Amino acid sequence: MWKGNFIMIEKNKGKWIGLGIGSIIVLFFMWGSVIWGLTKIDTQMVIDSFLRFDGSNEHIIIQDTRIPRSLIAAAVGASLAMAGAIMQGITNNPLASPSIFGVNAGASFFVVLGITAFGMTSLMSFTWLAFLGATLAVIIVYSLGTLGKDGLTPIKMTLAGAAIAALFSSLTQGMLTLNEQSLDQALFWLAGSVQGRDLNILTAVFPYILTGLVASLLIGKQINVLAMGEDLAKGLGQKTWLIKVLAALTIVLLAGGAVAVAGPIGFIGIVIPHVARWMVGIDYRWVIPYSGMLGAVLLLIADIGARYIIMPAEVPVGVMTAVIGVPFFIYIARRGINE
Amino acid sequence: MKRYVPFRIGNISFLMNYRSIAYVVGLVLLTIVLIILSLGIGQLNVSPIEVVRALFDSSTDMNNLVVQSFRMPRVLMALFAGAGLAVSGAILQGMIRNPLASPDIIGITGGAAFATVGFLAFFSDRSNTLTVSIQWLPLASFIGAIVTGFLVYFLAWKNGGIKPMRLVLIGIGVSAAVQAFTTMIMILGPIFTASRANIWITGSVNGANWSEVWTIIPWFFLLMAILFVYVRRLNVQELGEDLAANAGSLIQRDRFMLITLSTSLAGIAVAFAGGIGFVGLMAPHIARRLVGSSFGSLIPVSALVGGCIVITADLIARTAFAPLEVPVGVLTSAIGAPYFIYLLYKSRNQ
Repeated sequence: MWKGNFIMIEKNKGKWIGLGIGSIIVLFFMWGSVIWGLTKIDTQMVIDSFLRFDGSNEHIIIQDTRIPRSLIAAAVGASLAMAGAIMQGITNNPLASPSIFGVNAGASFFVVLGITAFGMTSLMSFTWLAFLGATLAVIIVYSLGTLGKDGLTPIKMTLAGAAIAALFSSLTQGMLTLNEQSLDQALFWLAGSVQGRDLNILTAVFPYILTGLVASLLIGKQINVLAMGEDLAKGLGQKTWLIKVLAALTIVLLAGGAVAVAGPIGFIGIVIPHVARWMVGIDYRWVIPYSGMLGAVLLLIADIGARYIIMPAEVPVGVMTAVIGVPFFIYIARRGINE
Repeated sequence: MKRYVPFRIGNISFLMNYRSIAYVVGLVLLTIVLIILSLGIGQLNVSPIEVVRALFDSSTDMNNLVVQSFRMPRVLMALFAGAGLAVSGAILQGMIRNPLASPDIIGITGGAAFATVGFLAFFSDRSNTLTVSIQWLPLASFIGAIVTGFLVYFLAWKNGGIKPMRLVLIGIGVSAAVQAFTTMIMILGPIFTASRANIWITGSVNGANWSEVWTIIPWFFLLMAILFVYVRRLNVQELGEDLAANAGSLIQRDRFMLITLSTSLAGIAVAFAGGIGFVGLMAPHIARRLVGSSFGSLIPVSALVGGCIVITADLIARTAFAPLEVPVGVLTSAIGAPYFIYLLYKSRNQ
């Protein structure tokens, strides 16, 4: 066992180094996310705010806004990208991702339902509702996807996801038209943003995300086998249903946790796994951690960009990721996916 | 006995069998009954006989006013919006050869929503009043639908043609993009715009007036007339690319025309009634169940079924929760979405 791991390190020196460099880049942008923005902040102030907190505006902004924002962006970006990588691996669908499969729409629906039907208002209650909705959406799309003789083809599955998303969003809209007050409250959440989220929300969800992160790193090897095709995987003695269920649980933890913290943010889960595969090949033991790293970087950059485009107002980061992601999506769709 | 009746006038030719003709006649009658019922029911209930009399100006003044000026435009708008969406969906499903395609899923409705929200935000001044006439709003939505339709079409163009499946996938992507922008405008603009836009996005025929009805009717019939020239080509399209090419069809040119027609039909419907969901998906399915998939009969039956669905849904939406009025789109989605899941479930082994 230990010897095996050692060989893996020897053989994949480049990839390990890449992972190291990547982590440094993530840290760099996390630092950037703290100091760049409307209020100018320098490194000294950040250190001071920890050591000698003096209650000045800058210190409050650092502690209450920028640091949570930076941590949340990194965690959410990583989770979404890893969830997308697993989805693409097990469904053999290059367009699979949490947003396309209706996870965001499911979460939004439950949040709005909570506001209109039960008068919930706190961000913390939204968090659990979103988790619930995301889980439900994953279960629906997943069970539709594994029904039948050989399941749904990638294209059918994408259509199914789009339809589930359409269903949830039209129900959401319907509820919002009936209750204008809730529209005001919900719009803030529905935008999808890593800004204005309390650190408590991240800490509440973090255990789930962490479990998901660890599980997704462990499951990589099995996904490699499954990605070769279900028949082959069975022939090699894999209990494919078990792996699929475990993968689904991991997706729920990661995508559900991410949407619970940040609201609906799309396209990271589509774009990043492709970039990761381009960098490290099709070995999911590498694709998954690389996706996590790159996802964190992408969301951090998108969030920093969102502050500068229409300063002093901010573009919702969900719009930023859509702007980056849609051309990519179209590129993949044009290149063709096996029907 | 001959089972089919051919219709042939110059370029227009299609077959209908007697069963289909019976269905068309039956559905026309059903539509008339629904219209009369819908005209009669509401805060002021008018008996069906009085409704018919009111249509000819011979009931009480109050009844005449309510039926002719308040309810009639609304019901007709529901009829034509439903029919437009249904036919648009029927064309897409035939061309893409997939029962799950519909104008809402490939982004046509989303594009119109974006244009509408953009219009409301862009032409509002600080006090939330529009700086241009609201009359222009349908035009903006229509342009939004058409532009999105063609954007999807051209993005799906590759190697001298489009593949229907690529069209759907790109539609889903574009749809997500315009949705993100719509949300952004709604958030950055005042809440007033957001709530107004939201009702539009959900789809509602509340507040339809005669001038709008007189705008949609000629467009609808013009597009339907053009469509009937293309019906036989649509039939060929459904055979698949190779067979269609062998049958001598200019596949790509026909596809372009059919997409134009489909987008325009959905465009005029959403321009006035907003994004009424799932009608474009449901109606063609029900129609196919009734008369099979020959488009000569499928198109008129889809149109009638779509119209009936929206009229009924609107009747329920405005009466069931009175005095609250639910946008009709909520109801169609509530029925349409489970139906869709059922379709997915049924097609699992294909």
